[in-house]
Amino acid sequence: MSSDPSITPELISEHGLTAEEYDRIKEIIGREPNYVELGIFSVMWSEHCSYKNTRALLKGFPVESPRVLVGAGEENAGILDIGDNLAISFKIESHNHPSAVEPFQGAATGVGGIIRDIFTMGARPVCAINSLRFGDLSNSEVRRLFRGVVSGIAHYGNCFGIPTVAGEVYFDKSYEGNPLVNAFALGVLRHDQIARGAAKGVGNPVFYVGPATGRDGLAGAAFASQDLTEKSAEQQRSAVQVGDPFMEKLCMEACLELLATGAVAGIQDMGAAGLTCSTCETAARGGTGVEIDLAKVPQRSPGMTPYEILLSESQERMLIIVEKGREDEVKRIFDKWDLPWAEIGKVTDTGQMVVKNHGEVVADLPAAKLADEAPVYHREAKEPVYLDEVRSFTLEAIEDCDDPKSALEKLLEWPTIASKNWVYRQYDHMVRANTMVNPGSDAAVIRIKADSVPGGDEREDFPEKIIALAVDCNATHVYLDPYEGSKASVAECARNLACSGASPIGTTDNLNFGNPHNPELFWQLKESVRGLSEGCTAFDAPVTGGNVSLYNQNPDGAIDPTPTVAMVGVVEDEAHVTTQWFKDKGDAVILLGEPVGKGDTLCGLGGSAYLQVIHGCKNGKPPVCDLGIERTLGTTLLGLIQSDLIKSAHDCSEGGLAVALAESCFSELHGRNTPCFLGADVDLSDIKDVRSDALLFGESHGRIVISTSDIDAVKTLERAKLMGVPAQRIGTVGGDQLKVKLLNGEYAWEVAGLHDLWWNSIGNAMA
Amino acid sequence: MKAKVIITPKAEVLDPQGKTVQTALEQMGCTGVSDVRVGKYIEIEMDGDHDEVKAKLSEYADKFLANPNIEDYRLKLED
Amino acid sequence: MNFAVLQFPGSNCDQDCAHVLRNVMGYPTRLLWHKENNVGDADAVVVPGGFSYGDYLRTGSIARFSPVMGAVKEFADNGGFVLGICNGFQILCEAGLLPGALIRNRSLQFRCEHVYLKVATYDSPFTSQIPEGKLMRIPIAHGEGNYFCDANTLDEIEANDRILFQYADREGDITDHANPNGSLKNIAGICNAERNVAGMMPHPERAAESALNEKDGRLVFESLIQSLNPASTTA
Repeated sequence: MSSDPSITPELISEHGLTAEEYDRIKEIIGREPNYVELGIFSVMWSEHCSYKNTRALLKGFPVESPRVLVGAGEENAGILDIGDNLAISFKIESHNHPSAVEPFQGAATGVGGIIRDIFTMGARPVCAINSLRFGDLSNSEVRRLFRGVVSGIAHYGNCFGIPTVAGEVYFDKSYEGNPLVNAFALGVLRHDQIARGAAKGVGNPVFYVGPATGRDGLAGAAFASQDLTEKSAEQQRSAVQVGDPFMEKLCMEACLELLATGAVAGIQDMGAAGLTCSTCETAARGGTGVEIDLAKVPQRSPGMTPYEILLSESQERMLIIVEKGREDEVKRIFDKWDLPWAEIGKVTDTGQMVVKNHGEVVADLPAAKLADEAPVYHREAKEPVYLDEVRSFTLEAIEDCDDPKSALEKLLEWPTIASKNWVYRQYDHMVRANTMVNPGSDAAVIRIKADSVPGGDEREDFPEKIIALAVDCNATHVYLDPYEGSKASVAECARNLACSGASPIGTTDNLNFGNPHNPELFWQLKESVRGLSEGCTAFDAPVTGGNVSLYNQNPDGAIDPTPTVAMVGVVEDEAHVTTQWFKDKGDAVILLGEPVGKGDTLCGLGGSAYLQVIHGCKNGKPPVCDLGIERTLGTTLLGLIQSDLIKSAHDCSEGGLAVALAESCFSELHGRNTPCFLGADVDLSDIKDVRSDALLFGESHGRIVISTSDIDAVKTLERAKLMGVPAQRIGTVGGDQLKVKLLNGEYAWEVAGLHDLWWNSIGNAMA
Repeated sequence: MKAKVIITPKAEVLDPQGKTVQTALEQMGCTGVSDVRVGKYIEIEMDGDHDEVKAKLSEYADKFLANPNIEDYRLKLED
Repeated sequence: MNFAVLQFPGSNCDQDCAHVLRNVMGYPTRLLWHKENNVGDADAVVVPGGFSYGDYLRTGSIARFSPVMGAVKEFADNGGFVLGICNGFQILCEAGLLPGALIRNRSLQFRCEHVYLKVATYDSPFTSQIPEGKLMRIPIAHGEGNYFCDANTLDEIEANDRILFQYADREGDITDHANPNGSLKNIAGICNAERNVAGMMPHPERAAESALNEKDGRLVFESLIQSLNPASTTA
C-alpha cells in the first residue's frame, strides 16, 4: 500500500468529505483510515448513497398501507401486494449527471440500473417508464443531449426486452446543461419469491456474478454528489459507465432461475459504489460481516488497484450470498447462460466488512456503521426571495386573449405539450405482449399474466391483473410554489390513473433539486416533500421507495425544483380500461370539475403554459390543489367508468381545457401515419365572469373532460352531482372541426390542422 | 500477430449512416466530400505466421465476420 | 400437433410466441434452448424476435451458428415449417435459409408502431387462412428491418410469388410513405422457394388477442395450423 497517496486535507476534500466527517470516521473506526478505506467512506457517505442531506426530511413520507410487503428504505425497491399471492415491485431513479456528460450511455445505464434494482428483489421486470427534462429545443446542444438520451434508453430497454410504455418530456431553459433522466421499472413476483439483500448465514459463500470489473464509473456516486461544472464534467469523462443490455438480460434470467432453486440466502446488485456498497449493505442488513478477497474478483483491465476494484461501477454485476453446500447450483446456472462467476468471499459473524487483496487486509470497517451511520444533516431552509415577486403577480398587466385561434395552435406546437411520438416510437412499447394501452393516452395500462411471474405460474386459472402507470411533475408550478406544485403533481398522477380506469395503490418519487447547501433551494425541497406527503396520504398511495438527486445546477443557476412522481394503480376489470380520445360521433362531451378554480385570483393562469408561450412570462401563484376535491373527483370518475357510462376521459393539465379538448379530438392513432379524427362542438357561453384566456387555457386543478353516449349524458351528470362533483355538458362529438363558443366569440379549428402541428412539432425540430 | 479486418457495405447497398455522416460534414463546413461509407473495423490478435493467419481469417471473414450479401471486406496483416 | 419456439441468449419474444401458440391457439408448445441439436417431434418451429447475442456484429450473425440452427436447417430441408419473426427473420437470412439480409432502418432509428400489411400471396402455409383482400394491422418493433437483396435475387423472389407481405397504407396502397424502414419493394415478409420457410419483420404474436384489441396476427398462426392439419380446429 506504499504506493497509495497519503491522506491530506486536500485528498479528503477531493473525496467529497468534510473535515468533520473525516473526524467522525476516525471516531467510528478508532484510528486513521487508509486510502482505500477513505475511498469506501467517500462513496458510502456521498449524498447519492447516504441521503445525508435529506434523510431527515424524507421521514415525512407516508410509507404504510395494508398492501406494503417491503417498504421504503428496507431494500433496493419496495413491494406491494396486488392480490392472489401476486405482488409488484417498482421504483424510479435518476442518472442526471452522467447523461449530461455522455447522454447515450448515461441514459442507457440509468435504465440498466433501475432494472437491476427490480430483479434483485426477485421480480421479473415487465415494464419501464421515464421522465426526461431538457433545455430549450432551439439550442443545438440540447438537441444533441435529447437525441442521445432517447436513443440510449431505447438501446438498453429494447435490447433487454422490456417495454417502455409511458413517460413525460419537458423542455425548459432551467435544464440547460443539466438534463434530468429519471428511469422507472416495475416487476412482478409472487409473495413467496421476494428476495432480500442481506448477508445471512455465517459461513455462507459470497459469489460475484456478471462481467469482469473495469475502471468504468470510478467514484460515480461521488460525481453525482457535486455541482456540474465544466471542470467536473471534464474530469468525469472517465466516470461514465458503458452498459451491456444483452449481458443484463442473461444476468436477470440466470438470477431468477437461481432464486427459484432456493439456494440464495441474499442477493444485491452492484449499482452506485459497486462492490463496496453491495458488500457493506448486505452485511449491515444481515447483522453480519462479510470478508472478500479482491484477487478473486474478475478484472478486465490489468494492474487494477484495490481502490479501483472496490469503487468501480462496471455494470451488470450482482453479489449473491449462497447457502453453504449449494455452490454447484450457481455454477450450473451461470455456466448455462455463459455468464462469468467467481466465489470471492464468505459471510462472517464479526460485523466487519473485511477486504483482502491476495490474502492481505486492505480495508477493515464496521459494516453497519458504514451503511447506516452516515451523518444526518438538517440543512438550513429559507424562503426564497423570488417568491415575493411571484406572489405579487396579478393579471392586470396581461390583456385577455384576443386570438384564441393562434394561441391554441402555438400551445399544441410547444414542445412540452406537443406529441412525444418522436420519442416513444423509438421505444419498443409492445414486447411481452401485455401492453393494453400504448403511449399516447393519459396512462399506460399493462396486463399481468402467468409468464410475467418469474418461472411462470402453474395455476389453472391464473388470476390476471391489470396495472396502470403514470409519471408527472409540472416543475414550473413547483418552482412558483413548491408545496402546491408538488401536491398537484401527485394529484395529476392520480387523475391520469383515474382517467384510465385505475385506482392508485403506490407511489415512487425522484426528487431532482439543486445544491442543498443553498438555504433557498433546501427550502424548496422541504416544501416539496411536505406537498408530496400530503398528496400520497390523500390517495392512500404510500411511497414505496425513490431517489434523491441533488446538486442539479450549472454555472448559470439551479434547475427548477422537479419532484418527479410516478404512480401505479390497479384496474379491477378489463372492461374498465379507458382511453383519452373521443369515440363516436354524437357522444356528449362533459366537463367534470369547476371550469375555473374558485377563489383563484389568477384564474388558473399562474405558472401556466399559456403565460409562458403567449406572454413570455413564468410567474404567478400556480393553481391551488385541493386534495379533497381531487380525491372525490377520482373516485367519482372511477364509479362512472365501472358503471359503463364513460367512453373517454382526459384530464386538464398543461394548456388547460382547450388543449385537453383538442387532444381528445385527435390523439387516437390507428396505425402508421393513420390518426383518427373526431371533432367536437363545444359551448362554454354559459360560463360568465371569466376571462377567455383563463377559461380556455387556465390550469386549475380537479378537471376532467369525459365523453359519454348521448343517452347516458343525463344519468352521468346526475351521478356526478350526487357525488358532489360539479359537472356540465359542454358539447357534442362530431365533425372535422373543434368548435368552441365563448360568451364573447366563436372559434373553430380544423382538427387535422391542429393534429399536424402537435404530431410533427418535435420531429421537425429534430430533423 | 495483429490482424485487421475492414468491413464496408457493398457499393449497391444503401448506406443511410454514410449519407447522414456526409450531410453532417457538409453542414460543418467540410467541402469537397463526394461520398461517405460507414463500415466496421475489427482488430484480432492471432497466433500463426502470415499465410496461416491470412487463410484462417479469410475463411472466418467469409463465413461470419462479414455478410457477403451486403458487405465486402479486406484484410491487413502486420508482419 | 405441437410447436417448438427457439430460445437464444437475448431472445425476448420467445415467451410471447409460446404464449400465443399454447394458450391462445391451444397447442402444446415448448421452448427449445439454442444448445439443443434436434427439434424433437415438433411439427413446426418458430424463431422468435429479440436481440439474440445483443445483435452484436450483425443482427442474427452469431445465433445462426448455434447447434439448434443445424437441426432447424435439417428440419426445413425435410419440408418442416419454419417461421422466423423479426430477429427470427434476421437469423434465417444469416443462416441462408432465406435469401437477402435485413439492414438498418433508413431513418437510423428503432421504430415501434402498428403498420398495415398487404398480403402478396395466399399461396403459402403462413397466409392461406387470411381472408382475400384483408389489410392486416400488425405491430413492428425493430431497428434493422430494412430488407435488402441483390437485383437477381429480387427478380427471383418476385417471379416466384415469394413475397408474403408488403407494407401498405390504410387504403392498401404500397407507397414509400407507408414503408417504415426502407425495405426493397416494401417487403415485410418472404418465403423460400419450397414455401416451407418464412420470415416476417412484423410481430403476429403481439396481435393475436382481443384483450390487447388485436386480432390480425392470429391469422398467420391459423394458416400455419391449418396447413399442418387441414382437419384441425383452434381454441
